[in-house]
Amino acid sequence: MEKVLLRNIDVPDSHTLAVYKSRGGYRAFEQVLRGMSPEKLIEEVKASGLRGRGGAGFPTGMKWSFVPKDSPKPKYVICNADESEPGTFKDRLLIEKDPHAVIEGTILAAYAIQSHTAFIYIRGELVFGSKVLQGAIDEAAQAGYLGKNILGSGYDLELILHRGAGAYICGEETGLLSSLEGGRGWPKVKPPFPATHGLFGCPTVVNNVETLATLPWIIDQGAARYAAIGTEKSKGTKLFSVSGHIRKPGVYEVEMGYPFKRFLEEDCGGVPNGRKLKGVIPGGSSMPVLRADELEPVRMDYESMQAAGSMLGSGGVIVMDDSTCMVQAAWNVARFYAHESCGQCTPCREGCHWMEKIFRRIESGEGEKGDLDLVLNISGNITGNTICPFGDAAAWPAAAFIKKYRAEFEAHITQKRCVVI
Amino acid sequence: MTLEFSSEAFKKFQETVSRYPKKEAAMIPVLYLAQREFGYLSPEAIEYVAKLMDLSSARVYGVVTFYTMLNMQPVGKYHIQVCRTLPCALVGAEKIAALVKSKLGIQVGETTPDGKFTLSEVECLASCGTGPMMQINDDYYENLTQEKVEEILKSLK
Repeated sequence: MEKVLLRNIDVPDSHTLAVYKSRGGYRAFEQVLRGMSPEKLIEEVKASGLRGRGGAGFPTGMKWSFVPKDSPKPKYVICNADESEPGTFKDRLLIEKDPHAVIEGTILAAYAIQSHTAFIYIRGELVFGSKVLQGAIDEAAQAGYLGKNILGSGYDLELILHRGAGAYICGEETGLLSSLEGGRGWPKVKPPFPATHGLFGCPTVVNNVETLATLPWIIDQGAARYAAIGTEKSKGTKLFSVSGHIRKPGVYEVEMGYPFKRFLEEDCGGVPNGRKLKGVIPGGSSMPVLRADELEPVRMDYESMQAAGSMLGSGGVIVMDDSTCMVQAAWNVARFYAHESCGQCTPCREGCHWMEKIFRRIESGEGEKGDLDLVLNISGNITGNTICPFGDAAAWPAAAFIKKYRAEFEAHITQKRCVVI
Repeated sequence: MTLEFSSEAFKKFQETVSRYPKKEAAMIPVLYLAQREFGYLSPEAIEYVAKLMDLSSARVYGVVTFYTMLNMQPVGKYHIQVCRTLPCALVGAEKIAALVKSKLGIQVGETTPDGKFTLSEVECLASCGTGPMMQINDDYYENLTQEKVEEILKSLK
């Protein structure tokens, strides 16, 4: 398979402008400046079938087309580099190894909606990544790809690197906007959507790092070539971050539709130490866990994952072998969401902590009869009842762990101890 | 004593604010600047930032309390943050945290009496494929083993 996203990362000094350019970098943007209208650019991205890689999978070109062309307000593009979904570390790799692809993608998105100010919102902990990105931004500006009258085209763009300060919710696009507006990272009610009412009430596009880093290849190689990769509805390639009990953890670029079981066993080397696979979370910790016996028909694309009862999400694959206590795993995930709930909506603020407490007491041998149904009840009452998708992200995995491994949870309660050896 | 930026930090503040379309948008970078200047964000520091940003202290306080990287208490010279989230937990994060605790003689959330080390447990740092891991100040330490942790702690003077 030809690599779209990881095409540069193994080349020495891949983070520098010189190497990026020697590999065809900024050719796409130069081509656009030579005579592709913003409308044509949007059409091209629509034709590629590219869908947002942050987790929701919304078609990228369509998202752009919602931005009003005649708005008197400034327009903004934001690259969402607040990668925080447990099990996901693909954007970090792109940022550190191929920052110019991220920058060129951001520039292309900005040009498409004719924005003159763009931001990269990077999670605060990624200090090294911030330094690499800032270095790359400075290099790009010096070479004339950013700033006033870019390459003599009359188009202006300023790109600002903005560091977050440690809050998972700022990866949610409206939480990110609140944060960038100088407030707590509280998500906003949609509609209105950011495309019309985004940063400071102005039209705004927020795209994930991986989504943006795909754009230079699509424009350079053509939408048709990209659309030829993958499945009918899930086009192209996708990055998967693999962690947990697996022989070869790391970031993999996979053609959409690739068999999941084969991926885990052959590409990632399977479960080590003679252990057996027990379960796997396929799309970051927000997504429902899949049991080992459910994997056979699953393919790595949006539709197949959904048909299997989970979701592709951010592509964070967390592998668990048969030494894993699922009560402990469920508690760990619930604790994450209890810690990260922004506190705005009652069902999420109260429910996340409540679920965490119940899992904790089952784990410590103090579970009570009825606890499992209580978690399912709380989970059901969070789902769909919050401003942003965080509520669902906390509720789904809790319910899935119980539904998929109910006997283990019940044994934990009745025997008052862990039953996994 | 009232807090104030050094002239150098004040210049940096003005530069930072001038880059953003609105002054408020520079809140986090300005708070980082204040944290670097004053060590942590005390009530006095928050009040000073509020004055600089033309906002109420309550508004700034609300922001500071929201983000884990903005400290309202002093932290040690080395802030050790061990990741505890599922991918790291599956590959032994708990043992790493336990080792750091026993080596430093402190619990999570505490600072050693000499002010050298503060220990925190944190949520996912996007380093799941190279766990267990910890962050010390600005740097990531990945694929940790007991021996590696001991070596790292010894190297921190």
